[in-house]
Amino acid sequence: MARIPVQFTLNGQEKAEFIESGATLLNVLRDRMGDTSPKGGCQQGTCGACSVIIDGELRLSCLTLAETCEGATIETAGGLANGSELHPIQQAIVDGFATQCGFCAPGMVMAIKVLLDAKPAPSREDVVEAISGNVCRCTGYEPIIQAVLSVSRSNSQQAV
Amino acid sequence: MAIKRGRGVAAINYPTGMNLGGDPSQALVHSTPTGNFMVSLSSVDLGQGLRQVMSQICAETIGVPTEMVHIDTADTDTGPHCMGTFASRGTHRIGNAVRQAAEEARQVMLEVAAEELEVNASDLETDGTGNIQVKGAPQKSISIFDTALAAHFRRGRSISGRGMFLVQRSYPDTETGAMKPATCYAHACVVADVEVDDETGEVTVLSVKNVYEVGRALNPAMVEQQLVGGSWMGISHALYETTEPYYPDRSHGGTDFIHYLMPGPGDLAETETIVIERPAADGPYGAKGVGEMCANPQIPAVANAIFDAVGVRIDTMPITPERVLRALKAERGAVQSGAA
Amino acid sequence: MEIRSEYFADERPETLHEIGQSRPRDDAPGHVTGKTGFFADRTFPDLLHLKMVRSPHHHALIKSIDTSEAERHPGVIRVITAKDVPHNLYTILILIQVGPEDETVLADKKVSWKGEAVVAVVATSERAAHEAAAKVKVDYEVLPAVFDMEEALKPGAPEVNPHHPGNYYEYDSGDHRKVRYGNIEEGFAMADHILEQTYSSSPIEQAPTETTGCIVAPEGNDRFTCYTNTQAMFFTLDNTSIILEMPGHKLHMVGGTVGGGFGGKVDVIVEPIAILAARLTGKPVSFIYSREEEMQISSPRAAEKIVIRDGVMNDGRLVARKVTGYTDAGAYSRHSPYGAQKGAAHYPGPYTVPNVWIDTYCVYTNRTPSSAMRGFGVTIADFALEVQMDKLARLIDMDPLEFRFINAYRDGDIKAHRQPTEGAALIECMQEASKVANWPVAEKYMAMSSAKREI
Repeated sequence: MARIPVQFTLNGQEKAEFIESGATLLNVLRDRMGDTSPKGGCQQGTCGACSVIIDGELRLSCLTLAETCEGATIETAGGLANGSELHPIQQAIVDGFATQCGFCAPGMVMAIKVLLDAKPAPSREDVVEAISGNVCRCTGYEPIIQAVLSVSRSNSQQAV
Repeated sequence: MAIKRGRGVAAINYPTGMNLGGDPSQALVHSTPTGNFMVSLSSVDLGQGLRQVMSQICAETIGVPTEMVHIDTADTDTGPHCMGTFASRGTHRIGNAVRQAAEEARQVMLEVAAEELEVNASDLETDGTGNIQVKGAPQKSISIFDTALAAHFRRGRSISGRGMFLVQRSYPDTETGAMKPATCYAHACVVADVEVDDETGEVTVLSVKNVYEVGRALNPAMVEQQLVGGSWMGISHALYETTEPYYPDRSHGGTDFIHYLMPGPGDLAETETIVIERPAADGPYGAKGVGEMCANPQIPAVANAIFDAVGVRIDTMPITPERVLRALKAERGAVQSGAA
Repeated sequence: MEIRSEYFADERPETLHEIGQSRPRDDAPGHVTGKTGFFADRTFPDLLHLKMVRSPHHHALIKSIDTSEAERHPGVIRVITAKDVPHNLYTILILIQVGPEDETVLADKKVSWKGEAVVAVVATSERAAHEAAAKVKVDYEVLPAVFDMEEALKPGAPEVNPHHPGNYYEYDSGDHRKVRYGNIEEGFAMADHILEQTYSSSPIEQAPTETTGCIVAPEGNDRFTCYTNTQAMFFTLDNTSIILEMPGHKLHMVGGTVGGGFGGKVDVIVEPIAILAARLTGKPVSFIYSREEEMQISSPRAAEKIVIRDGVMNDGRLVARKVTGYTDAGAYSRHSPYGAQKGAAHYPGPYTVPNVWIDTYCVYTNRTPSSAMRGFGVTIADFALEVQMDKLARLIDMDPLEFRFINAYRDGDIKAHRQPTEGAALIECMQEASKVANWPVAEKYMAMSSAKREI
């Protein structure tokens, strides 16, 4: 099958790959670029575990054709930490015991990042809406909501 | 047509481990040359945090900080047999195996330290921070680091231990059913408050007050994870979930997270969690299994609250708006025909 | 969360350092950074993909299977049918002597549920495997199916599974597990009221966010490493050893980090066929359930039907409880005979009842086999028991919580299965619930203890 070239920035690094037309971004990231932080929980856009940020917007990588990402800037949970220092969202989830099996966590983290980038001190309703496309079967969601609100509180304190 | 409030209660118990026992688990513990401890298992961590809790059990037993213990698990080439992670058995069964293995390793460690300090092993204790000292004379001490080095390179001793835990299998009497299903039970009592819209049949769980008796909360924050997530699943079971909505008819089964319903982050009940600890006689540090029981009592508590709110019984799970409406309609029909 | 340490304080004497501390989870940083290694977070050169051809019928005879067109499809490496499976008939709990073997890895003579595995297609891409699977031709003769447990138990009902004539599991106690305690007829005769009610449920999916699956890599010496998200490594290894007639030392299971199980990954379904595929092709093979398969093909929690008949006195004492429980196993046993038996051990719930009669049946129907799920054997039983308790309390005009205090089991009470109660704590949970929920009960109930009876 004919392969097509695609180039984009992944977590700050230039990536170039020849891919099969029709390949999903999820599969290209995981199988071709070694970034397994996005998870394939359903491959049909209903669980959110594959969530990544493309040009600042939250996207489901299982429903995104890799060939449409030419020139894009892509962020994943795998690139969020600064070396060994976790991103504040990641740290809040760890501190708040807001992850159990961890399978939804990378997608959840990206959904939260999009929210907090746009709105550093969101309301509970904002948080609920932001993560409502991300299925978690373990936590009952409340610990995740509380973790986000703790980041939000710390953001508002810094703003003051 | 109105939104009506109701309140319901339920109380339950739940056995720890496989029904009727016969479900073994093993553990091996050994020290590295510098006095860290490796626990070898074949047990599976499903996300409940089995590795973390096993680290704490091993650390407590040997007398070292938790970060000095590492769990190597779920490789059948290196880990001894474990029946598996299910039946609320992990903490209890595997925890007991880890504790036994750690006790054996601790004994060797103390014997080596005793030789180094030229005292009796029975006079030694650990200080919990990585040192072994003489009871009543803490200035006479040796680090576990030095003890492990001595064991490896001078004394030729293996600081290691084996653990095996098995609740003997019980066989039910065929006529009377006499049997021993379990050795310990966790408990819970839940009060649920709901609102029912008698026009749409929709039920909103306003709050659940969950009281759980867990034996011993080995890592309280992780116990809370189980209890809160379990409570959510219980409510989900009560009101939403099934793969066959018109059971026994096979049609209309959901195949994705759009059609298989569960409460989302906007549908949460206010959840209060209270824990009581009555240690299990045979639990590792008194622990019982809580992973399953925490999801059970919300279902009947919610069902009872719905009756309290609107006066109809839904005895079929899940209690969907359709079922509530049909029951209300039948009730009204019965009242009207009774009046006629 | 709050720990109420005033209860049972004298039973917790030890001074502990590490236990009782909320130490941070060592695995959490890996979870949030995506570094935690799940089984599918591995890539292998030349990885093959397995897709299953499944029955479109609830119940049908297989007249013929034609795989020739599928085999010619570009990218297809191997098509596997029942004749390729060395020991095709199995049951998972055979290791602990719960037989008989009653399920095929790949169906050969008939299918007994819609979705049953018939042919496995192994190809160089998922797409090729899907396309080829659609080209497998299976000629079926549709049979009458039975979905309702009561219908299934009637004489003349379609036989779901030839290993279970009559459509029920045969225990050593007969067609059901029994518990008999006291004299149930005397209990009902003395009761002021008798209430019989029927409860039921539908199948429930475990719905872990990570679907069931495995990747198998040949080690080159007829030994295979299987990266799996099973909940039980040796269940998987030992059953695979039986199915593939391979000595256990030829199998190496690696797992332990699982994206949620809830009982859904206790069966041994994907690993034997994936290992067989790796053995037949000499290449690494991936078999991962789609979300649709996870939802409708993997075993759900069984549907149950529970009939409870209780005798109760006006003063609140339960004097007789008769329970008849039916567990819908679907087409094959998996863990359902175990679950139904666990129910028998659980009734009459955490209450001391002097006269008890329990029958639990495991029934076969033409639906997805049910199996383990968080609390199975007990979850639906508790729904039934605790709704029944509410109804009984209202029947005798008593507060539902006080009614439970009157009947709650305490240390030393003999249960229906004839074990003395130890370590009970139901009373204390209810006392605390009374306080926290502001649901007042009479002082005498707040003075009760699980550890001893007043008198």
